[in-house]
Amino acid sequence: MKRSELFPDMLEKRHKRDRLFYSLTVGALWIGVVALFVLIAGVLWEGLPWLDWNFLQEFPSRKPEKAGFKAAFWGSIWVIALTTMFTVPIGVAGAIYLEEYSANNRFHKVIELLIANLAGVPSIIYGMLGLIVFVRMFQETTDPHTFFGIQVPFGRSVLAGALTLSLLVLPVLTITSREALRAVPDSLRQAAFGLGATRWQCTRYHVLPAAAPGIMTGVVLAISRALGETAPLIMMGALTYVAFTPSSVYDSFTVMPIQIFNWASRPQTDFHNVAAAGIIVLLAVLLSMNALVVVLRNRAEKRRL
Amino acid sequence: MFHKNHAEPSGARGQSSAREGRLASFRPSRWRAPKELLLGYGLQLSATISILVSFGILFVLVKESLPFFELVSPWDFFTGANWSPLLEPRSFGILPLIGGTLVVTGVATLVVIPVGSLTGIFLSEYASKRSRKIFKPVLEVLAGVPTVVYGYFAITVVTPALRTVLPDLGVYNALSAGLVVAIMIIPTVASLSDDAMRSVPNSLREAAYGLGATQREVSLGVVFPSALSGILAAYVLAIGRALGETMIVTMAAGATPQLTLDPTESVQTMTGYIVQVSLGDTPVGTPEYLSIFAVGLTLFVLTLGINLFSFWIRHRYRQAYS
Repeated sequence: MKRSELFPDMLEKRHKRDRLFYSLTVGALWIGVVALFVLIAGVLWEGLPWLDWNFLQEFPSRKPEKAGFKAAFWGSIWVIALTTMFTVPIGVAGAIYLEEYSANNRFHKVIELLIANLAGVPSIIYGMLGLIVFVRMFQETTDPHTFFGIQVPFGRSVLAGALTLSLLVLPVLTITSREALRAVPDSLRQAAFGLGATRWQCTRYHVLPAAAPGIMTGVVLAISRALGETAPLIMMGALTYVAFTPSSVYDSFTVMPIQIFNWASRPQTDFHNVAAAGIIVLLAVLLSMNALVVVLRNRAEKRRL
Repeated sequence: MFHKNHAEPSGARGQSSAREGRLASFRPSRWRAPKELLLGYGLQLSATISILVSFGILFVLVKESLPFFELVSPWDFFTGANWSPLLEPRSFGILPLIGGTLVVTGVATLVVIPVGSLTGIFLSEYASKRSRKIFKPVLEVLAGVPTVVYGYFAITVVTPALRTVLPDLGVYNALSAGLVVAIMIIPTVASLSDDAMRSVPNSLREAAYGLGATQREVSLGVVFPSALSGILAAYVLAIGRALGETMIVTMAAGATPQLTLDPTESVQTMTGYIVQVSLGDTPVGTPEYLSIFAVGLTLFVLTLGINLFSFWIRHRYRQAYS
């Protein structure tokens, strides 16, 4: 019997398959990279000629050449600022509880499972929750009345939008913050406890500072998620034609993604270009936040070494 | 009350008060114990919000869809093959919406499983440290692109490109939406399967190389199967995201509820219908207003099942290497 019959797959052939497989993996990788490149190039090509200083200074208009992004831009800033205020303390506190305080009992496991599930609930479902709980407060109309100095129901206001988005990004933030806390070595905690620190002192003065870059990464990721969300805000009825910037949390508002959606779904191609200009602004904000994450992460890695 | 991971400190009180200098400032205040307790409860309360939100979602969806199920029987709703909520005679059979969702998700899954897994294999097994440092952030950017931007990409780039290849293709079709959803979830599958494969210990790879395996044989024959639980969980998670994706399908897949398996047709997904109704000025209490909650409940239950399945895979088949 010949050698080649005993070992049909000779080394030459196997190496050939190896090269083929390697090019397949590289090809798969490039699909994603090229898609991103085409997306960004396409948006720049269509939108850049329409992007000028006026675009950020004008309110939306029927005429594409006059349409501007001001209301949407400031609406997004308002919503994101409020969302950050609501989410960060609660998300980080929840993560601290789960990592540093909680016993590994059934309560802990239930909460863990629920958070993992909430992270996977479609965003539009959060929009329905926000519509009923914050916008309508289980009532038929949204006519506001004052209740202990608060206007209820919140209606289609900045406040309702921010609360909805807070619930949406809360699980994301909790999960990333937990990972950051878990990465802090136990020796730090043991040292703190050994010197007589209480659990809170240990967390506040030793674990949290060590986990801060990781938590910051989570915060930025959560904010950028909230910044790009469209569906839940459409669901709760954020207006698409708003010709003013919000001046209180009870004002109605629009945000960048909704304005983009509004322009992109019009039939005139000029409005598609305006939408592209809006996308450039939105992506510029998001990409700079992304860069911030990379910087924070590199700094954290350097410190660990 | 709280589980004690570490020995609780005890020897910190007293004694130091007599001494001078910095140590004196370490004398614990009498408010320390109550403060500790309150902080603990506060933190626990924050964690409890997830319970509130979960039940809140379920409560809202069930409460708001109950009046709908008084108008339309659940049997007709879940088995009806005709969805025409606005035109008389009205008919609320959700199957076309579920079908539309499944067609888009199916296209996305067929694309993302090979592309995402191969990307994951590249990142975990082939990439040098330097190319990982370049490509991982690029994929993260891809994951961070807002869905409305993907929707714009679908209608202005992908659909016209597809129409030059398939001239019969409509302006709105499930194929284009599915492909763009696939691009959106590539990073999820790639980075989760990368994580799973990187946690396979090197001793396994070394053993296989020692037996004369090539790099492809090691990757596909040893590492990939060892990381399968994590990779499957990544697939399921990505499918869950595709099911709930809203903006891309609203913008690119059209608004034609029909029961079809042909991805070149225009379809309407569950999420697309919900957006369509909430964009119009539908009065509160009308059947089409109430129907979005019934559709939302269906979508919620579907994605909940998928998420729990993913969770179960990860825990049931987790191989602990340590």
